[in-house]
Amino acid sequence: MQGLGRLSQEQIVFGLALLLCAGFAVMLPGFLTTNNLLNLVRSVSILGILGVAMGLVVIGRGIDLSLVALMAISVAWTLQLVANGMSLPQAVALGLAFSLAVGMINGILIAYVEIPAIFATLAMGIAIYGFGRYFLFTLDVIYMPESAQALQWIGQGSLLGIPAPILAFIAVCAAATLFLRWTTYGRYLRAVGDNLPAARITGIPARPIIVLQYMISSLIGFAAGLVTAGSIASMNTRVANSTMVYDIILVVVLGGIGLSGGRGNVRNVVVGTLLIGVLLNGMTIMNIEYTLQNVIKGVILLTAIVIDTILNPRDEQTAQQGDI
Amino acid sequence: MRPIKTCMIAATFALSAGAVLAQGIDDPTRAEYFEAFKGKTVAYVPVAMGFDLTEGWAAGLKEALEPLGVKFEIRDPNWSTDAGAQAITSLISEKPDVLVVHNPDVQSYARLLKKAEEAGIYVVQVNMRSSYSTDAFIGADYVGMGGQIAERLVEICSPANGGSGKIAVTQGVLTAAASAYQMKGIMDVLAEHPEIELVSNQAADWDATKARNIAATVIQQHPDLCAIAGFWDVMDVGTGAAIKESGKDVYLITQGGGNQSACDGLENGTYSEVVVYNVPGQARDMANMIKQMLQLKAEPGSMKTTLFTQLEFLTKDNMQPGSCWKMPSQQ
Repeated sequence: MQGLGRLSQEQIVFGLALLLCAGFAVMLPGFLTTNNLLNLVRSVSILGILGVAMGLVVIGRGIDLSLVALMAISVAWTLQLVANGMSLPQAVALGLAFSLAVGMINGILIAYVEIPAIFATLAMGIAIYGFGRYFLFTLDVIYMPESAQALQWIGQGSLLGIPAPILAFIAVCAAATLFLRWTTYGRYLRAVGDNLPAARITGIPARPIIVLQYMISSLIGFAAGLVTAGSIASMNTRVANSTMVYDIILVVVLGGIGLSGGRGNVRNVVVGTLLIGVLLNGMTIMNIEYTLQNVIKGVILLTAIVIDTILNPRDEQTAQQGDI
Repeated sequence: MRPIKTCMIAATFALSAGAVLAQGIDDPTRAEYFEAFKGKTVAYVPVAMGFDLTEGWAAGLKEALEPLGVKFEIRDPNWSTDAGAQAITSLISEKPDVLVVHNPDVQSYARLLKKAEEAGIYVVQVNMRSSYSTDAFIGADYVGMGGQIAERLVEICSPANGGSGKIAVTQGVLTAAASAYQMKGIMDVLAEHPEIELVSNQAADWDATKARNIAATVIQQHPDLCAIAGFWDVMDVGTGAAIKESGKDVYLITQGGGNQSACDGLENGTYSEVVVYNVPGQARDMANMIKQMLQLKAEPGSMKTTLFTQLEFLTKDNMQPGSCWKMPSQQ
């Protein structure tokens, strides 16, 4: 155990993903082919993109439960506007503006009104879904109109054999990594997440940084929504009521970004996403019954967390306040 | 004087008789008919509002019943079975005259529906039935429909007809009547056709994204897949997108209420074939059933009627301009 003691949760999860991969590769013919691996990553790339958004917020010691609802409503509204005859760029601009505005309100509620993030965004998610369904459109699935076909490339196209959603995932990961590592605001974000009072004393504009973090999350969420809409030629606003937002948090936490903030990287999200992707893909190939799939998924996720708890036990230093 | 008097009387009679004929005669059943609906209430609890089926039924019921003075109420549980059960429970105490229920699965509402009937409320179930039979069920015969779909798949995919024999099924929510009954119909037919191999049988929870991912993996794993049977057109836009993206020639047979989006999907090649249970037709069937109940005034729960909706197999070739219907918001 001593030698293993230095493994981080990220490495454990990555190891588990590799182990599963190896197992599937031996057992399932056709698993370890380029096409299937592309397909595997592609099927979780939207989850991954949203994971990056959530990851950034969590690193800043927040949480964004309105992420999925906001993505669904803002993109569905965009499609509705195009269906009503607006030009595509204008509709996308309006949808994006709406998304950013809601992100800003989230941030203001959390940073200035000082409502805990979990409550502010939970309420905002419900409010946005209701607002959209009541005022913006009547149906809960909005189809992509003919005039928005240009959007389909981002969901169904490919470049050099790599499907566009994977490229979008890579782009979002790269941008987020650059932001966290090389920009001042990225470093501020981590500082605020690690220790808010200390960050404020050193002169970091803590409140604007918190607002910024929710705006970034709504921006990435909107991008994920466009990829979703492109890939299934419609936007299903019902996802706002689904457990998707918990799947996203799971990807983030599983990859090793602590909910107590300040720790973690985009790499953690990628690792968490890959484990989920490998699991889903393998189980679909094996044609495992849906209910059994949930059991297996749950057990493997628990295993990862148990291994981490054994190898990296909580002590006074690691168990910070706010760690759920 | 006498002849003049006679003439006048005769003329008066002639005039009044003529007047009666000119004014028409009243239909003796009319008053009773309209009386039967005065002050009645019909409550409607769908799985959720906001999609073609439930909006279409609501519009059809409203159109047929409201002019008669029937109050039509919608309780929208928005995909939550708990909220739906609460809505039905509170309706039982509010006592509407008729309850129209669209069941999310075969179990959840069964006892509540029985209670409603015992409380003196007529219960009409639409399209997805509960394990408890009530006064009326209007909807597709899912077991039969599954059988017919399986036979289409056999016809298209049988190696004897040049197909690979490999098919996949994408269900909705596993416990929904539409999934469970239909699967039985499909399996019964496939049992007689060992040459057809069901390579994947997965549930996508009525969600297009899940359906897309399942289809993509199955096609990838079985490049010679012949056909996919999906259980709802709204969900199968995802399946269709995965097929298009793979560039493979996979026959997609799906099903739905025959909304314009289904015809659009056939037109642009998203679906190969759509099995349609006509929603406006179902709404008319329900309205007629309700009109009959309110006139007959039988004890709720004393009669059990099933009306299976006629199915139509639409393809790009047999589709016509009026094959699909539109909602007011689509026009």
